[in-house]
Amino acid sequence: MIDTQQMQSLAARMTEAEVKGRSPWADARRRFRRNKAAMVSLVILILVALFAIFGNSLAGWSNEEMDFEVMGNAATMGMPSFANGHYFGTDDLGRDLFSRTVQGTQVSLMVGLIGAGIAVIVGTLYGATAGYVGGRTDAIMMRTVDILLAIPYMFVLILLLVIFGRSMSMLFLGIGLISWLEMSRIVRGQTLSLKNREFIEAARATGVPGWKIIIRHIVPNLLGVVAVYATLLVPLMILSESFISFLGLGVQEPLTSWGALISEGAGTMNYGTLWQLIFPLFFFCITLFAFFFVGDGLRDALDPKDR
Amino acid sequence: MITKPLISARDLRVTFELPSGGMPWTPPRLLQAVGGVDFDLMPGETLGIVGESGSGKSTLARALIGLVPATGQAQWQDGTNLIGLSPRKMLKYRSEIQMVFQDPLASLNPRMTVGQIIAEPLTTHHKGLSRDEVKRRVKDMMDRVGLLPNQINRYPHEFSGGQCQRIGIARALIVQPKLVICDEPVSALDVSIQAQVINLLAELQRDLGLALIFIAHDLSVVKHISDRVLVMYLGRVMELAQAESLYADPRHPYTQALLSAVPIPDPQLERQKRMIPLKGELPSPMNPPSGCVFRTRCPRAQELCARERPVLEGGAHLCACHFPGKLMAEELAKSA
Repeated sequence: MIDTQQMQSLAARMTEAEVKGRSPWADARRRFRRNKAAMVSLVILILVALFAIFGNSLAGWSNEEMDFEVMGNAATMGMPSFANGHYFGTDDLGRDLFSRTVQGTQVSLMVGLIGAGIAVIVGTLYGATAGYVGGRTDAIMMRTVDILLAIPYMFVLILLLVIFGRSMSMLFLGIGLISWLEMSRIVRGQTLSLKNREFIEAARATGVPGWKIIIRHIVPNLLGVVAVYATLLVPLMILSESFISFLGLGVQEPLTSWGALISEGAGTMNYGTLWQLIFPLFFFCITLFAFFFVGDGLRDALDPKDR
Repeated sequence: MITKPLISARDLRVTFELPSGGMPWTPPRLLQAVGGVDFDLMPGETLGIVGESGSGKSTLARALIGLVPATGQAQWQDGTNLIGLSPRKMLKYRSEIQMVFQDPLASLNPRMTVGQIIAEPLTTHHKGLSRDEVKRRVKDMMDRVGLLPNQINRYPHEFSGGQCQRIGIARALIVQPKLVICDEPVSALDVSIQAQVINLLAELQRDLGLALIFIAHDLSVVKHISDRVLVMYLGRVMELAQAESLYADPRHPYTQALLSAVPIPDPQLERQKRMIPLKGELPSPMNPPSGCVFRTRCPRAQELCARERPVLEGGAHLCACHFPGKLMAEELAKSA
């Protein structure tokens, strides 16, 4: 009697719907959600992104208009007010600082994300290939990286911008050229430690081709490290773009970025127009902080051994 | 009709080059991990390989499957020498020879589901299969090795060690190989789980007509599962014989020392047992002893042993020793 009952319950269990697995990613997500600082930072980042995307429809003035009433005496009439529609005030030329900040946020975020994106794609594939293939290929590939890293990149970037003219595409190219180097080193190191794990050996023994082992076995196991490093790379990219723009070599008027706005604001802060510095600087700082906290949270979430 | 051996190894050698550490033109130091191994494996047979750590057991297995470069011969049933085949030509044989690894969890990719892991050899070797067909076969195989098929979407870290090893076995068997190489498949498991996994392997072998190469350092496990046993020391074969014959009448002093170290689950017998202690450690494979490699630790070593390498001989019970036979009490006393 009991036996049949047991058999029936066993049979029911066997035919039960497929159990859903809890992936390592789901675990990491759970750990990340419990990290308050990282979650708050994530919300801030989302708000900054929404500000960049929808800010223009909130603005009272477009970034192409000049308020001729304010022009010339920004210190007295251009301060932030809701009455005249300049929520963040205006700059010396009477341009609305709110829409300028929206524009600067768009550019800066784009530089950061594209720079980090290039680093992730190129750096991961390059590093994983060098590490997995090993031997002479590895030596040549990594010495190339060493040589490129030895060149002072800020100098190269400035030269590029001076020779080929200042343009957004040149900026992206310059930042993209250098951003993947560090990443490829980190990824190679990780690949070397993964390469001799038994599951890679199992895949090789079965005859899975090399590129498939890299894509299917090595890269997914690297993504934790890559994600952490990429989130920390975004603020670095924003910083270097801002530095270039602060020097006056970055994006060109009428385009602007946080660095360019901060530079302008810093130039006029002695004339009583402090808002021209405060607003771009505020967005710059909270975004950088938020990225660093999110990166920290990701590291804790993806690498629980580290705590 | 005489059946042809499934795989027949002749003078199989694996030599690793170690960086010399000197100038680029200084010759690399050579480490001979496997130094000329001969054996035949019949279809459906189990060959146990035993030896202490560093004796080249795992390297031998990896050489057969093409994971480390080797020289010599390993002739497959159809006459092809598997050693030194190009990756493209080797691909065909990779589905015939599969491997089960030592560490159950480390041999499974933590980011893949069990279904994906088991399906990988199948999708590599049978590219035309539809997704549903792959899934059906994976579920069949999971059922067969004693896993619940509805766990197909779970990840390796959600399983116990024994279950992970079952996943490893399922992955090896899904392409219906003729030979499965088990590299210490149970040494990372609890004793109770070891028995389950070994019985599963034995059962699958009987049902599917597999040949097994079973590597272990646990002699009782090897005795339980093997038809024949090969004893290795420092990359060379010391003794190769039918399991019963080897355990009942070990001829090589090394085999006798190994067997004397197996504990007997009876305190009285265990106390009476004579241990054969081996002095010292395994010599460095970079600088192996001349003649018989075991002579530095052998209680019976004589001058001849240093001069000439003993050949593997003796018909059905092969032994590589100049002075085979049971060790005498006075020899043991001398060595102790």
